[in-house]
Amino acid sequence: MSGHSNWPEWIYIAVVIALMCWVGAEAWNAERLVEHVPADAEVIKVIAQQWFWTFEYEDGTKTIGDLYVESGKAYKFEITSKDVIHSFNIHDYVVLMDAVPGRVNTVWFAPTDVRTHDIQCREYCGLIHYNMRGTLHVEEPSS
Amino acid sequence: MVLELQKPRPIWQIMFSTHHTDVGLLYLILSLSFLFMGGALALAIRAELFLPGAQIIGDAMTFNRIFTVHGTTLIFLFILPFASAVGNYFVPIMVRYKDMAYPKLNAIAFWMIPPGAALVWLGFADFTWYAQPPYSIISAPGPAADMWIFGLKILGVSSVLGALNFVVTILKCKHPDMSIGQVPLLAWSFLASSLIILVAIPTFAAALLMLLTDRLGVSGFFNPAMGGDPIAYSHLFWFTFHPEVYVLVIPAIGMMYEIIPRFSRKPIYSYNSGIFAFVLLSIVAFSSWAHHMYATGMSFTEKTVFMVGTLAAVPASAMHVFNFIATMWNGRIKFSTPMMWAVGGIALFFSAGAGGVANAAMPLDFATHDSYWVVGHFHLFVMGTIAFGSIGYLYYMFPYVTGRMYNETFGKVHFVMSFIGTILVFFTQHILGLYGMPRRVFDYPPIPEWIAMNQIATIGAMIIGISMIIFLANMIYSSGKGKLADTDDPFGLGGKYYYPFEAKNPKH
Repeated sequence: MSGHSNWPEWIYIAVVIALMCWVGAEAWNAERLVEHVPADAEVIKVIAQQWFWTFEYEDGTKTIGDLYVESGKAYKFEITSKDVIHSFNIHDYVVLMDAVPGRVNTVWFAPTDVRTHDIQCREYCGLIHYNMRGTLHVEEPSS
Repeated sequence: MVLELQKPRPIWQIMFSTHHTDVGLLYLILSLSFLFMGGALALAIRAELFLPGAQIIGDAMTFNRIFTVHGTTLIFLFILPFASAVGNYFVPIMVRYKDMAYPKLNAIAFWMIPPGAALVWLGFADFTWYAQPPYSIISAPGPAADMWIFGLKILGVSSVLGALNFVVTILKCKHPDMSIGQVPLLAWSFLASSLIILVAIPTFAAALLMLLTDRLGVSGFFNPAMGGDPIAYSHLFWFTFHPEVYVLVIPAIGMMYEIIPRFSRKPIYSYNSGIFAFVLLSIVAFSSWAHHMYATGMSFTEKTVFMVGTLAAVPASAMHVFNFIATMWNGRIKFSTPMMWAVGGIALFFSAGAGGVANAAMPLDFATHDSYWVVGHFHLFVMGTIAFGSIGYLYYMFPYVTGRMYNETFGKVHFVMSFIGTILVFFTQHILGLYGMPRRVFDYPPIPEWIAMNQIATIGAMIIGISMIIFLANMIYSSGKGKLADTDDPFGLGGKYYYPFEAKNPKH
């Protein structure tokens, strides 16, 4: 109040605001690039239900629990749910998108290695939520 | 000045009283009881997660019920009633009025909590404190889910009545010689948080009714099978409960504003910036709710708007931290127990806020969302900041309430153990989240990193558990047999205490 000046506080607040602007701008820019889906991405439909994943590929084949992709290609997931909200997550590739009944959410990724990764549900969906898991198999490019 | 138990009275005289200190005491006892009950559930959760596989808790359903009731209890039955306890004791004294504005309404607001609590605890619902449809509509077993909905409804009405009372007491009943710009920051914090409650809670009240009719099958607001949209519930829920985070944290910051200058033996660095930050926080509280929902399929524009709204809360929070540090700077600090809790709470507030900035940045949110990072993040707020501020304030008000001193050594042991425990549990959970462990899981695959992090977290939780037993013993023993406190200067700080004033009209 009286007896001292507040200029250190104003400088500090200016620094905090500048820092937040920088974080916001970087995040905006990164998200803009991340959300840009390549035109040649292959579409895979992901259908979630209590408590397993079904994957439907462009050629119409379906797999349950195991997802097969080729290294070096881009894939676009169209994610939906048959019952409650789930969340499709491949943590190693930071793929995360809710599977909401009545909606189709999209997210894309392009695997670069040749190995298996865990797929899990990240949104609470009931009794077996903890074990609603799958496996991503990244295989050698066919051509 | 002694606020309460100078002369032992029959318990019904306290229970049926409408005097603000009596209602405050009831709030205090209720909130501390639920702190221990909710805390016991947390220890059960941590014990179960010590190793992969089922050990302590037999099945996933019981585990899901436990974490649901744990969250609901500690938010609605510990943090909120504890703030009401402090507000009841101190707000009328700080605005120099004989009681709360509406004493009977005050008692009614309190007595609505036990039935609400009974519904939550007897039902033991399993759909998390978030009650996300369509799970909560089509899948969650009743009657537990319905009891939870009714319980929360009652608790919501109770908080609205309490908030109304604080607003009227502060704005209309303050002493005419005192302008609103002279009301102490603790009372200001109650004004800010009560106004947020009045604006935010009705949205959730509506959502609860819609959820109930959806469960009964007569409507389909949130049920996609009937053309509804579950994401609409998320918006209604977070429009209430993101501001609610500020409802919880602002009174705790107000409590620190009492403790920090007192024990630094200096006036607050800037009273005006404290008020400014409270007002700013209560406004930006409403600009960030959908940052909980980035992964529900929001558009890029929506995400950007809510990221900016979220980052806007950071400068206001940072002003509080600056104010605390500038107050302590060059002060003759006495690290009694309340001061240790307040300073520890500020340190953890800063860490929690820094983690929050990472969450708010859109691309990083997709790495942390619904993982243990989030659990660690908000627990650093609710435990590290709010509970630390509250417990510090409890030690601070203890001599005024009971007329006796607590045991200082055990108070410090309690702090040190809780501080170490909190860091071990919640910093570790951030790392666990980065390793990819989802939250709300009963069991996890035996990945070595996950096991190691879970074990550190469980050990930390047990340290907190032991410290809380020391705390309980200290409170019970000292309130009956502790040495009599010098109520003019219980902490030996010297000088004049500018607050609390003498309680006016103690007989009422």
